[in-house]
Amino acid sequence: MSSLTVTGVTSSYGATPVLTGVDLHVPEGGLTALLGPSGCGKTTLLRLIAGFDDPDSGSIDIGGRLVAGPGRSVAARRRRIGFVPQEGGLFPHLTVAGNVAFGLPRRQRRDAGRIDALLTLVGLDAGLAQRSPHQLSGGQQQRVALARALAPEPSLVLLDEPFSSLDASLREETRQAVADALAASGATAVLVTHDQSEALSMADEVAVLRGGRLVQLADPRTLYRSPRDLDVATFVGESVVLDAEIRDGQAHSALGVLPLEGSCADGPARVLLRPEQLRLAPPSPGAPSARVRGVDFFGHDARVRLELPSGLALSARLEGWDLPTAGADVSVGVVGAALPFPAGAADTPATPVVA
Amino acid sequence: MLAAAVAALALLPLGYIAAYTVDVGWSGIQDLVFRPRVGRLLWNTARLVGGTVLLCAVLGVAAAWLVERTALPGRRIWHVLLVAPLAVPAFVNSYAWISLLPGLDTYGGALLVVTLSYFPFVYLPVVAAFRGLDPALEETARGLGLSGWAVFRRVQLPQLRVALLGGSLLIALHVLAEFGALQMLRYPTFTTAIYDQYRATFNGPGATMLAGVLVLLCLLLLLAELRLRGRRGYARTGAGVARPGRPARLGALTVPALLGLAGLVGLSLAVPLVSLAVWLVRGTSAGLELGVLATTTGTTLGLAAAAAVVTTAMALPAGWLAVRARGRLTTLLERSTYLGSSVPAIVIALALVTLAINVTPWIYQTVPVLLAAYAILFLPRAIVTVRAAVEQSPQVYDDVAASLGSSAPDRLRRVTLPLLAPGIGAGAALVFLAVVTELTATLLLAPTGTTTLATAFWSASSAVEYGSAAPYAVVMVLLSAPATVLLSRDARRGLTT
Repeated sequence: MSSLTVTGVTSSYGATPVLTGVDLHVPEGGLTALLGPSGCGKTTLLRLIAGFDDPDSGSIDIGGRLVAGPGRSVAARRRRIGFVPQEGGLFPHLTVAGNVAFGLPRRQRRDAGRIDALLTLVGLDAGLAQRSPHQLSGGQQQRVALARALAPEPSLVLLDEPFSSLDASLREETRQAVADALAASGATAVLVTHDQSEALSMADEVAVLRGGRLVQLADPRTLYRSPRDLDVATFVGESVVLDAEIRDGQAHSALGVLPLEGSCADGPARVLLRPEQLRLAPPSPGAPSARVRGVDFFGHDARVRLELPSGLALSARLEGWDLPTAGADVSVGVVGAALPFPAGAADTPATPVVA
Repeated sequence: MLAAAVAALALLPLGYIAAYTVDVGWSGIQDLVFRPRVGRLLWNTARLVGGTVLLCAVLGVAAAWLVERTALPGRRIWHVLLVAPLAVPAFVNSYAWISLLPGLDTYGGALLVVTLSYFPFVYLPVVAAFRGLDPALEETARGLGLSGWAVFRRVQLPQLRVALLGGSLLIALHVLAEFGALQMLRYPTFTTAIYDQYRATFNGPGATMLAGVLVLLCLLLLLAELRLRGRRGYARTGAGVARPGRPARLGALTVPALLGLAGLVGLSLAVPLVSLAVWLVRGTSAGLELGVLATTTGTTLGLAAAAAVVTTAMALPAGWLAVRARGRLTTLLERSTYLGSSVPAIVIALALVTLAINVTPWIYQTVPVLLAAYAILFLPRAIVTVRAAVEQSPQVYDDVAASLGSSAPDRLRRVTLPLLAPGIGAGAALVFLAVVTELTATLLLAPTGTTTLATAFWSASSAVEYGSAAPYAVVMVLLSAPATVLLSRDARRGLTT
């Protein structure tokens, strides 16, 4: 179990830069998610950490040992990492037991107790040991891949979009099993994903990558509540963005006067709300009004699509038991504070975000 | 580097023909090529190719539809029986027919024998295509009010186009390259003319120029296929295996359909086998030289094994690069091996003989030259299987193994080789079986005194000693049978040459 430190790592594919000056620190025993849209360089970063590729510049340090840096490159097989690729990547010519034991020293490969313990750790029945990979479900394959990665007790576990090929119901269950196994083994882990809910729910910290740069590194709550800019805000969750005028520490917007999170200089700005901060009520004079354009019902909750008199579209997230119907007029109230982004300041927040 | 050397070897015969043509010059070409005799050969070859392709297409599609899409009894058995003619080499088939009916030395006879030998080349890919058709399309068409025949013509046939084209090209190339069967039927085409020229004048410019025309025909065919195929994608969209469709009921047509299939199988399989059996009995009653048969079989198996090892070893770098280092250059290298092997065996043999005599006389009439010819001829069979195997072992296995602390040689031993082994084995087996029945190149290149099953069969049957030829043919058929079983199981594999 070791920490991971990435300093100023740059990498390019031919003439195209993929990563530019990425700094990242993952504390010992922590699980950090690398979150970003496809093509943002997150998988490249993972491969650099694993040692499958070398960075153009910058350094990578695992547990106080420099593994990649100027004039130094430790081969992947000597880095003591566990790698879980997309779709598991189980060796098709080996049984489950053969896969799990692959990285163990020769003498321990036949130790059935050891393999059973590893399978139990990832929440699998030890009876699966003699199966072939193709006889397992997608979720089981992922768990075996994790058991295989954990077997040699690596200092760092790297997971490359391990759940993206699973269907929704299996994904939830497998995520939980993987998170539990990682916690039980105490391993430091890096998880690559493009799924924000996966990053927010599983990770201790989330690193948002965009265009080859690390935009924000924060714990999930901070990231969701205080994103660094509107782009990150809309990437990590549904957003309501309003134009507003800041006066005396309050935002004057189409939804009325809103309190601010942090301080902001007076002047024009844009403010961020989350759909679950909106409350709907029967229309009343003086309150901001809106017309219901449609309702997306999910059972446990619902998204209500609204249109303000100005024509601005926004959505509210409501609990599922009391919903307006399409075409109705409602008044819109706001719970909690809005996060301001002064206009023209390249969408950066007024107050420094605590990481 | 290795792959480039392999590609260069594959293109050697083509290069030789091209260089020779340039050497002869335009006036020389005019003298040698624009002759009434070449015109007659061209007409003979063209009408044989055209007729065979047409007949095979009709027979192949009809048989495939009956087996794959109707409620005909015994469809599985019919499938095996319809692939089985591939186990009988065309020149053996030809021998079987001409020894029964000596009057077959006509266009009709040649058309009959060649069609019966090659129709499975259309049948197999079309069966595979029928299997891959999404029945939902058919059901939609029926829902739109189309009749059964209209569904076939407007929905199924267009989707079979690629399979049909691929099979037809294969047949056309095979007919262009066919030597043994036509020589035995005394039907003159380019291949037989090249052979006669070569026998008469050894390596005169006449033979080489005829070979040039033949190669040109092959290239034209390949080009046509490339253009026809390039215009439309041929991959099935959508994931997963198509649900099997509901078979069509034939009703009163069942009996005629069964009779038709029985007729086809009877002509393509039963006639040659019965004829072989008859001659085997007559031949053995005259005294069978078991010792000679055993030595010949041994020689053949030895050559085939050596060719399998050499060819598969040559296929490895090309197949590996084609997947792992995708790019224009590697595709070009891979394709050039395909191009090299679409050159008829007689041309390859002729080129190697001439080159060996003129450039490296010390290897003329040695086994390495023969193995080189086999390699050029059968490389694609090995490359296709090796390639498929490499595709099934993506980079990620290597990465995972490395992350688990496994060193490069350890990865090769524990991951790469076990994953590639089945593919390499299948490739080697395909080459092995192809060499066992190879006649043309062996005839021209085998060192003096080296006799294979095919050449022993050939010299006996050329001397009209049908009885003493039969045992060799029987051994060849028996040895080819396993490949046929393989083909009938996996209709897509092994059909690239």
